[in-house]
Amino acid sequence: MFEIRSLTHSFGGLKAVSNFNLLLEGGEMVGLIGPNGAGKTTVFNLICGIYQPTQGEIQMHGKNIIGLLPHQVTARGIARTFQNIRLWPNLTVLDNLRIAQHYDLGYGLLDVFFQTYRFSDSEKKIKLTAKKMLTIMRLQKYASELTKNLPYGLKRRVEIARALMTQPRLLLLDEPAAGMNLQEKDDLIELIRWIRKEFHLTIWIIEHEMRLVMSLCEFIQVLNFGETIAQGTPKEIQNNPQVIEAYLGKEED
Amino acid sequence: MKRYTGYLLSLLIFLLLIGLSWAGWLDSYTQLVFMFMGVNIILSTSLNLVNGYMGEFSCGHAGFMAVGAYVTSLLTVWFFTPGSIFGPNLLSPQWALILFPFLLLIGGLAAALAGLMVAIPSFRTRGDYLAIITLAANYIIKSAIENIQIIGGARGFMGMKRVINGMENFLNLPWMMIWIGFFVFFSILMIHRLVTSTYGKGILAIREDEIAAEIMGVNTRKTKMIAFMLSSGLAGIAGGLFAHILGYINPGSFTIMKSTEALVMVYLGGMGSLSGSVLSAILLTLMLELLRPLQVFKWVVVPLILFLLMLFRPEGLLGHRELTDVFPSLRRFFRNNEGG
Repeated sequence: MFEIRSLTHSFGGLKAVSNFNLLLEGGEMVGLIGPNGAGKTTVFNLICGIYQPTQGEIQMHGKNIIGLLPHQVTARGIARTFQNIRLWPNLTVLDNLRIAQHYDLGYGLLDVFFQTYRFSDSEKKIKLTAKKMLTIMRLQKYASELTKNLPYGLKRRVEIARALMTQPRLLLLDEPAAGMNLQEKDDLIELIRWIRKEFHLTIWIIEHEMRLVMSLCEFIQVLNFGETIAQGTPKEIQNNPQVIEAYLGKEED
Repeated sequence: MKRYTGYLLSLLIFLLLIGLSWAGWLDSYTQLVFMFMGVNIILSTSLNLVNGYMGEFSCGHAGFMAVGAYVTSLLTVWFFTPGSIFGPNLLSPQWALILFPFLLLIGGLAAALAGLMVAIPSFRTRGDYLAIITLAANYIIKSAIENIQIIGGARGFMGMKRVINGMENFLNLPWMMIWIGFFVFFSILMIHRLVTSTYGKGILAIREDEIAAEIMGVNTRKTKMIAFMLSSGLAGIAGGLFAHILGYINPGSFTIMKSTEALVMVYLGGMGSLSGSVLSAILLTLMLELLRPLQVFKWVVVPLILFLLMLFRPEGLLGHRELTDVFPSLRRFFRNNEGG
């Protein structure tokens, strides 16, 4: 379903990502870990079209997505959340979810000005879909709350809900547990598991929080200085000396 | 019923103004004030689309107004009056009755195209840098007009009064008042419909976080283009109306001073508040007229008000809220587009 082949990207002379590969059949939950500055978020940015890779291929459903604008990538079924939550702060939760359906509104600009039947019909559907999502994600009582006023854990939840509104096949979560306490992390693990089942999604998580990655992902890749230094099941990763070295430093004899 | 009260109310005010002017109960000075009010409402609401709803800082609104003013005036004068530039009139003056609004729309369209001058750079740059570009656009338009001698250059262009007189001779109604009323209604309605639709809320998403908007599927380029072109297009229509109220325009009327006036109205009323912009356009027009006895000191008093406003109420009179949010009892009369 989704394939990355020998993806390389350099900022000036610095290789942020080099020769990265991944093949997803669909339905997996995979993880990408690595120390700070290892190039994890750059991989996501390359997929979303924020950066253009220096080399390599990215394909979704067998079609190249390199060179597309970010909103076109979204329309191909890839959605993401951000490390530092990027909701639209002065808009309501409902509006945040409405706007995320921009990839397929079902009407044009003239329909807006003349308020045609097609417009009111589509708007009704858009609001209904957004409200359904709010109910599913247990957010309905915050519908008319401005997102800037929500507590952190809820913001995360709204951001995931917003990403789901774009009807993705592949969901990219960039450090979803960042800044969360233990209870919130546990809730998040449950939420991610449940979303995957409910929406039949393929999920790819970047995470620092080992417990979360180890308990969720079936397959993990480790990046260090842009290089993939290890990949495998959580067990294999935990015992890999190179990974331990990257995280904890080399043991002195 | 609720759905129509807003329309009914506007229609009532509209008919009242027209009736009073037609019956001669409003003297021509008062009429003039009302007409400038209308033009200012169009200017402030359209600028609010870019500055308030999209969060960019456009300070070249008068430039687009100039494009609309000149294009519309040239067309009406060419079509309906004999003159030294275009020779005899193409059509008999009474055609102006029907064609005038369309010529205004053409002026608006030309201004919208001029708006591309800002819209296209906005794909790559934003904030302060884009503000400088809008400023430059204002200067380019003004200087370009100054240097086209055939349309009068810096001396200006006139003859629009005869077009209006032609209309009034044929059918004695306060035509300018009618068309201004119509286009005020038209522009408020368009902007209101746009910013309350999911489509138009993409504009707000760009203000809140452009990268998030792009990644969540909003075609930011198209959305910016729509916002800039609609805003400058409506400014062009306002310009066309302005030119036909005065009957004379020169490039000097469309300088950065005029743009600033529009900015003042947007900030006075509140960013992202349509009713705020309407309110502030009315207030500012009245204030400028009431302060007329102060002569030049007017331009000390008005900026001073802005000064105090920014210090004590930086969000403007209404700031991101509409009148119906401030006085919820008004909701009884107006349909709330937001609810679902």
